[in-house]
Amino acid sequence: MSNKIYAMYDDDATLLHGAESLVEKGVKIKDVFSPFPIHGIDPVIGIRKTRLAVCAFIYGLSGMLLALVGMYYFMIQDWPMNIGGKPNYYFYQNIPAFIPITFEITVLCTAHGMAITYFLRNKTLPGLTAKNPDPRTTDDKFVMEIEAADAEMNEDALIEALMSTGAIEINKA
Amino acid sequence: MHVVEAEIREPLILGEKSYNDITEDVCAPIEGKANSLWYFVFGLAGLLALWGIGNILYTIGVGIGVWGLNKTVGWAWDITNFVWWVGIGHAGTLISAVLLLFRQRWRMAINRSAEAMTIFAVMMAALFPGIHMGRIWQAYWVLPLPNQFGSLWPNFNSPLLWDVFAISTYFSVSLVFWYIGLVPDFASVRDRMIKPLPKKIYSILAFGWSGNAKHWNRFEEVSLVLAGLATPLVFSVHSIVSMDFATSVIPGWHTTIFPPYFVAGAVFSGFAMVLTLMLIMRKVLKLEDYITLKHIEYMNIIIMLTGSMVGVAYLTELFVAWYSGVEYEGYAFMNRATGPYWWAYAAMMTCNVISPQLMWFKKIRRNLVITFILSIIVNIGMWFERFVIIVTSIHRDYITSSWTQFHPTYVDMGVFLGTIGLFFVLFLLYSRVFPVLALNEVKTILRATGEFGVKKAKSTVFNVENEFTPSEVGNAPASDDSSEESSDDAENEENKEQE
Repeated sequence: MSNKIYAMYDDDATLLHGAESLVEKGVKIKDVFSPFPIHGIDPVIGIRKTRLAVCAFIYGLSGMLLALVGMYYFMIQDWPMNIGGKPNYYFYQNIPAFIPITFEITVLCTAHGMAITYFLRNKTLPGLTAKNPDPRTTDDKFVMEIEAADAEMNEDALIEALMSTGAIEINKA
Repeated sequence: MHVVEAEIREPLILGEKSYNDITEDVCAPIEGKANSLWYFVFGLAGLLALWGIGNILYTIGVGIGVWGLNKTVGWAWDITNFVWWVGIGHAGTLISAVLLLFRQRWRMAINRSAEAMTIFAVMMAALFPGIHMGRIWQAYWVLPLPNQFGSLWPNFNSPLLWDVFAISTYFSVSLVFWYIGLVPDFASVRDRMIKPLPKKIYSILAFGWSGNAKHWNRFEEVSLVLAGLATPLVFSVHSIVSMDFATSVIPGWHTTIFPPYFVAGAVFSGFAMVLTLMLIMRKVLKLEDYITLKHIEYMNIIIMLTGSMVGVAYLTELFVAWYSGVEYEGYAFMNRATGPYWWAYAAMMTCNVISPQLMWFKKIRRNLVITFILSIIVNIGMWFERFVIIVTSIHRDYITSSWTQFHPTYVDMGVFLGTIGLFFVLFLLYSRVFPVLALNEVKTILRATGEFGVKKAKSTVFNVENEFTPSEVGNAPASDDSSEESSDDAENEENKEQE
């Protein structure tokens, strides 16, 4: 039976300092819910850097290749056309003209690929339900979620420690 | 980690605001009812929009002949309006993306509405390439789809096709950037809604956002990368639009200054439109504490800067037209200044070059009435700029026997007015359904740039030394309630027991 403890704070700085002191005492904080990102919380509760930007780069690279290969096929290989006598036999002769579309398709694939990956990884999609324990965490409260079993102390000591860091409310689930 | 703001900087959030105050202030227009003024303006805009839609359907049904175009002047109001709307749309992305990269905190209060403006402006812009084709039902021919004509592909060397990809990319990426920022704010609205239907709708719109740390981590990364992408996008899209003219052979069009000139002009007119909208919105939705005089001043400074760049571009064009020795180019500019459309050129010069120079004076850039009037003048001036570039260059180009005048028909004017109406319809709807301020972002800057730091909601104050978490900006009330602290603690012990 999972025993979760939710400690609510009304200030992000208080939560951050509290989290730091709790982690020092050996408490493993499972998650933190807040109405805006708390800078500095990630190393404290053990959140690794996201690799979304790397994904974005890969999507962009594929988009760029798609655009270049596509235009090579359409304009050089399949049906080269005489447009005002401009060179149409070699790809390199047309690269300057192909740059705008290459750039746009690169940006398109990067942005949309990253956005879709972001929503999928976050599991935030239309129709899914929210998992924040208290609706006030999207307003002005900050909640720390702790698995009671994870802490290296019993529950009462944990609650005592939480209150001493400035929590204003403790809830259990 | 405390960010130290220089004391000389004005606070960006006025009044004694707590995080909850921000939520309340921004959600009030969503939760409350619109007043009669909103309905009146909405009705006017709606009528204009319907008139415009009617004119568009008439154009599609009867043909481009109902416009004032002729063999010499193949592009006039249609492309003027297209470039005008795209230009306006660029300010939104600039505010969101470029100012994010430059870590300008003042963008937080205006970026949501500026991005909304961008999306609606680009929607209006996209109408024009569509309807000016004539056979809009064949619009899909611009896409490289395999077909029965031997697979006839579109011409990838043409700036007209570059436009297709640029505008679609710009629209979709702006939409994604805007929506990703909106998701946490929709969650804030969702968690406040009581009635079941709005709660359901905002739940779906909020995508199940929970606000946990890893999600915010990804959110910030995505915002940064999208900002980094959107910045070159802004510059590239309007440069590509300018290439519609620059890659031609028409005197007055075929000039390398167009890409930077158009981009500066776009930022110029875009910020003017943002000001027009924000000055009204902050008053009506009571957001003067968030969209402060400082924000207005910063936007005016950008208008002054980009207006001056546009002015320098005009002078450069004039100089090069003479210096090049090309008689066609020289005539193009003589015609602009002294020919039959001299009044449009004069309007353009006055509105775009002279009026932003007034912004050098601090009193003027902090004056709301003058700012409002100037923002409208700038937009009028920028419309005339595009009109002058397009019509005066092509109505008299190389072959003198083709020289002729252009006169707009009521359909030309009706479509343009209709897009203005449609734009306001969309924006007015947005202002009552969407959170018009980036809630989560404004809360992040409250501590550092709020006038009195972060105010605690009184009912939950337990063991803090001070009613305010002091910021380094402004004057936080002095902490002298140490006597009250002990009595508070006694109360707290009782409250804790009761839980």
